[in-house]
Amino acid sequence: MYSVRETDYGTPARLSERLVTLEIDGVEVSVPEGTSVMRAATQAGYSIPKLCATDMLESFGSCRLCLVEIEGRKGYPASCTTLVSAGMQVRTQSPALAKLRRNVMELYISDHPLDCLTCPANGNCELQDMAGVVGLREVRYGYDGANHLTAEKDQSNPYFTFDPTKCIVCSRCVRACEEVQGTYALTVDGRGFASMISPSAKESFFDSECVSCGACVQACPTATLMEKSIIDHGQPERSVVTTCAYCGVGCSFRAEMQGTQVVRMVPNKDGKANHGHSCVKGRFAWGYATHPDRIIKPMIRSRITDPWKEVTWNEAIAYAAAEFKRIQAKHGRGAVGGITSSRCTNEETYLVQKLVRAAFGNNNVDTCARVCHSPTGYGLKQTLGESAGTQNFDSVEQADVIMVIGANPTEGHPVFASQLKRRLREGAKLIIVDPRTIELVRQPHVQASHHLKLLPGTNVAVINALAHVVVTEGLTKEDYVRERCDLREYEKWKSFISQPRNSPEAMEPITGVPAAEVRAAARLYAGAHNAAIYYGLGVTEHSQGSTMVIGIANLAMATGNLGRSGVGVNPLRGQNNVQGSCDMGSFPHELPGYRHVSDAAVRGLFESEWHVSLDAEPGLRIPNMLDAALDGSFRGLYVQGEDIAQSDPNTQHVTDALGALECLVVQDLFLNETARFAHVFLPGSSFLEKNGTFTNAERRISPVRKVMPPLSGMEDWEVTAALSNALGYPMHYDHPAQIMDEIARLTPTFTGVNYAKLERLGSIQWPCNDKAPEGTPVMHVEQFVRGKGKFILSEYIPTDERATWEYPLLMTTGRVLSQYNVGAQTRRTENNRWHHEDVLEIHPHDAEQRGVREGDWVGVRSRAGETVLRATLTERVQPGVVYTTFHFPWSGANVVTTENSDWATNCPEYKVTAVQVSRVMQPSEWQKDYARFSQVQDRLLQERERTQV
Amino acid sequence: MDPQRLVHMANQIGAFFSAEPDRAVALNGIAGHLKRFWDPRMRSQILACVDEHGGEGLTDLVAEAIRRHRDTLAT
Repeated sequence: MYSVRETDYGTPARLSERLVTLEIDGVEVSVPEGTSVMRAATQAGYSIPKLCATDMLESFGSCRLCLVEIEGRKGYPASCTTLVSAGMQVRTQSPALAKLRRNVMELYISDHPLDCLTCPANGNCELQDMAGVVGLREVRYGYDGANHLTAEKDQSNPYFTFDPTKCIVCSRCVRACEEVQGTYALTVDGRGFASMISPSAKESFFDSECVSCGACVQACPTATLMEKSIIDHGQPERSVVTTCAYCGVGCSFRAEMQGTQVVRMVPNKDGKANHGHSCVKGRFAWGYATHPDRIIKPMIRSRITDPWKEVTWNEAIAYAAAEFKRIQAKHGRGAVGGITSSRCTNEETYLVQKLVRAAFGNNNVDTCARVCHSPTGYGLKQTLGESAGTQNFDSVEQADVIMVIGANPTEGHPVFASQLKRRLREGAKLIIVDPRTIELVRQPHVQASHHLKLLPGTNVAVINALAHVVVTEGLTKEDYVRERCDLREYEKWKSFISQPRNSPEAMEPITGVPAAEVRAAARLYAGAHNAAIYYGLGVTEHSQGSTMVIGIANLAMATGNLGRSGVGVNPLRGQNNVQGSCDMGSFPHELPGYRHVSDAAVRGLFESEWHVSLDAEPGLRIPNMLDAALDGSFRGLYVQGEDIAQSDPNTQHVTDALGALECLVVQDLFLNETARFAHVFLPGSSFLEKNGTFTNAERRISPVRKVMPPLSGMEDWEVTAALSNALGYPMHYDHPAQIMDEIARLTPTFTGVNYAKLERLGSIQWPCNDKAPEGTPVMHVEQFVRGKGKFILSEYIPTDERATWEYPLLMTTGRVLSQYNVGAQTRRTENNRWHHEDVLEIHPHDAEQRGVREGDWVGVRSRAGETVLRATLTERVQPGVVYTTFHFPWSGANVVTTENSDWATNCPEYKVTAVQVSRVMQPSEWQKDYARFSQVQDRLLQERERTQV
Repeated sequence: MDPQRLVHMANQIGAFFSAEPDRAVALNGIAGHLKRFWDPRMRSQILACVDEHGGEGLTDLVAEAIRRHRDTLAT
């Protein structure tokens, strides 16, 4: 059920601008048309008893507890299902109502265990509350009749229990699963008194289709569905609103606390990105924050073959600074650099890039967005003028056609997926462009109109073919383009895209997508009143990632689908602060706010604020840093919150480069794969241990609030500031709010952002400045940020990574719901119960050709390297394509991927690797080496010289 | 850095701009991209590839872009 202290209005809010005035208990009340009597009463300060109603769900009218009297109407209508009407006179209390409600409660309690004092919901139980509210004093039926009190408790889910003895069959859980989550995993089995809540077909929760989003647990008014953490710890005594540290949806949560211990994370109803919904990661997988693997004392060592030595913060910082200074003195100013993290806050990434530019004196700073959404930054900046998604998430509620390209929202962005599915259930049409049959293609109440199941690496061919149809069939919005776009570039693009070589028929042999399907999809998209595109790393992580983003923007401009709600180009960001880390100037060519370092006026602004001279040349990107490390021109690296040894392509190349560094400083929660090559380890702080902000995929800046003290004694921003001070460049801040104030002074799109406003509004979508003091939900409304929208030619150029006789299959990579990125967080939670190893998906036809059976070990070999995984046979992948995830380091998915990359940004082509697959009986040579190296590093950690610091 | 890798990356940039029908615009685009996104040590290596090895491995379009805009790329 809801967090304590939150008001539950019983039914959802209505948005009508027309107000209806009625009288409730003699008091005049005005509410939007369509509002229920229950909600109107609650808004007016009255509390009508209820059990089956909750404001996250549409009314159901089953519990008969919320009955009211309405003047002129017969009987006792349920206030949850009765809508207000003008002049209505409602009575919420009367002797007759009191008697009816008591009778209802009497029946409920006659089949309910009377163990309130030892029940985990004690103190936060709606059934208990209602018994009190109606004044229940006796149960005339006794407790010996037929009942459900011997039903077995289901404890199979790692995070919550299902105790049917406490169930009142209000159906809130079933409706939450349907309406909020959209999974339809729960049902009411049986009829009448035999009715029981059942996951799937009477399976256990763990074995059912349940995705553990927690919506049912949140909706349950009793202890029937109950978090195990509450069973273990008891009810919370306070809550703090903060922002989830997982994916780019950026859900708002209430961290419910007992002292400095989190006992539950509950999605915040007021959260504008998630509206009270959550997924299994944000809701339940927060135990990593206090996992025993956390390293909370700084450590140093001279060589990576030495044991670690615990030292004080001062010693560690001084050692790191001295090493960086030594390297720069010997090898030049450009021989060191830093990497910021999309898992860290805006304030932290801002400070790291400031340290690199001001203290190191170069622009060798990059971020993990390099390997995910850097093409988004490039492509949208070139075409529209801003490196960001154009909409808020709520915009999808007005979309009539939704095209999902290279994204798997139900796994990667589950809370947004629920919102999207809700819109699909309302009738919006869906187009999927993906090499795999992702869940959205077909699931309960969702069926894609078109699935363009293309071959990996042919995105641009498909987007060009779609645009070709739009242009040659006269489906462009000429008035829109004429008013808003650069017409010379538009005419050039039209001429290019109209050429027969871009037609669906010409592209079919390349893409594998039937031309008729492409034509139909193009007509559906272009013909919609509102058509929106959502895309993910299946777009960007290609040699033509930037071209594909450009192609998407071209298509949206040509069809007039930018600049209002319901449309747009929406990159679904992988990690929680990808947008923010990019905004904060983490790229080597850009200062905060996406302004190029060569712009003297912009540089002057920063030089004036920072009191330092800045380099006007772009610095090294991550892949360039690694290459430069191997040629000896780059020798020192400061990595905050990233694990490039696991996440970046061609692992052998990455680890060779890391091994060549003279000083690697890693700041992280855990001794991750990269830290095994480090000389200095600086303990990081989790999102629960610090203040700051994250910016989600819809440009929404949300507060991250400290709910417990940092285990290491320092928040991450304090560590960066200390390192900068030791390097000789002073950084003095008392609180991240001051860092945000500095960002606002220097960044036009952040001018109006400050912590006081964030406190007042909850969250803010940038741009936030004089023109938009409370933020900007939808961008490019009157004109594009760059002025006239620019069409850019998007020639399809096949990737060099092609299937050959030696490597006949194409491997593509992705994510699963229960794990997150490199798994550093989720692998240290019970989420492993759902996914404990990365496997290789292979089509049965390809498997049969190779004699591979379900569960066999298979070697996956590319020109970069070889790893061994278990095979799973599935038709989700098409023949000729295999698929895996990269959540476990020993899986070595990135041993196989190559350093082939996007032409514009060097974003790696994770999504296309030519491989051969064969049955094997033992791990790969890389895996054996990895096991040996890991053993040594584990020993060096175990044998570390411990100090009482 | 590995010169072959830089040549490959430069040719990828060239391939994108090769769609541009106006050759001068394409040449500007290639050089502009190298200038705005490549670290100076990478630019100096690709210049050396043109100067010392006759642009071996580079496509004609990319080699011409580098030659024509060498002053911009060198600074």
